[in-house]
Amino acid sequence: MAQLNKLRTSNLPDAVLDRRQAVPALIERPSDFLIVTGLAGSAQEISAMTDSAPGVFALGGAMGAALSMALGLALAQPKRRVLAVTGDGELLMNVGTLATIALQNPPNLTVICVDNGHYGETGNQDSHTGLGVRLDTIASGAGFAVVHTINTEADLEEGRRLVREGNGPIFILLRVKEGPPLRKGRNLVPHLERDKFRAALLG
Amino acid sequence: MRHDSDAKARTKMAGPDSANWQDPLYDLLRANNITQFAYVPDAGHKVLIDRSLADPDAHSIPLTTEEEGVALCAGADLGGQRGVLLMQSSGVGNCINLLSLTAGCRFPLLTLVSMRGDFGEGNAWQFAMGQATEPVLKAMGVVVLRCDAPSDVIPTVTSAITMVFQAGQAVAVLLGQRLIGAKKF
Repeated sequence: MAQLNKLRTSNLPDAVLDRRQAVPALIERPSDFLIVTGLAGSAQEISAMTDSAPGVFALGGAMGAALSMALGLALAQPKRRVLAVTGDGELLMNVGTLATIALQNPPNLTVICVDNGHYGETGNQDSHTGLGVRLDTIASGAGFAVVHTINTEADLEEGRRLVREGNGPIFILLRVKEGPPLRKGRNLVPHLERDKFRAALLG
Repeated sequence: MRHDSDAKARTKMAGPDSANWQDPLYDLLRANNITQFAYVPDAGHKVLIDRSLADPDAHSIPLTTEEEGVALCAGADLGGQRGVLLMQSSGVGNCINLLSLTAGCRFPLLTLVSMRGDFGEGNAWQFAMGQATEPVLKAMGVVVLRCDAPSDVIPTVTSAITMVFQAGQAVAVLLGQRLIGAKKF
């Protein structure tokens, strides 16, 4: 039988947080940031939290693009704090972007990985992180000087501080249980997403 | 790794002609307010890469895979800056799905592609992607222009800049092996 076993190196506690509370608790006022989200859960959640605010660019495809887009945006807008909010699956698709970001060293960029350990959109298969791969350790190895892992509610406060005041680039691993994101109807016409964002930011 | 070994070989071949178009090309890109230079190294882009590294007003952004550059240029546009993606033709294959970001959102995209598997290529490994480069780009909605002589470069890239940043198109300028030289085996 082809069974994938949890890695012997796996050493994180079981996730206990519900993303529907933990993501809003971490970001608090999304309008304080420019936000690029990965597709699927993160896009649905941030769009629902913000009612698809103009400062949010939510991907509906192009898996693996979120971190690089956020880097281009952060370099272009050095006076704004930029968040890349994405899932473990999306981040794993281009995990090398962590290295690309580290070399650029943008002080205004925070990567938030909402890690539920599963591919929630496609049948809830285990992701690599669900089987024990540690994205926080990978981020450290890639060169992120600030890495914070949120396992419990008690870890959220330092996360909130880093998102608002930390000197980036910052990597936050927000570990959440399986389960649905916040969800609300959102725009899926790609070019309207670009037009909305640019009009609000650039006039 | 493929890029490294190729880069060394092409660097040895690059003569004075190479410098004649590459420095003016960098100046052209900067004169058009392009500030984010994203690349996976290739000797065909050596001068642009070195100039961007030495330029305090530009971002020089080495990528781990070319598709990062497609998304990075989109992010630059969201923030009101202009980027360019420098890559070898083999990297075009790595970009395919992320070009749906460019097409769907109508992001401007300028990419300069140094060719392999092209005029005079001696390494059979390079042909499949080299010969597929133009049709793949076109299939994903990218306009393809081509340079085969040093005198082509500035007028072609000037035209591409207009098409990209004025008309909002995605344009690839292929730098053929007639221009940049074929690696010797």
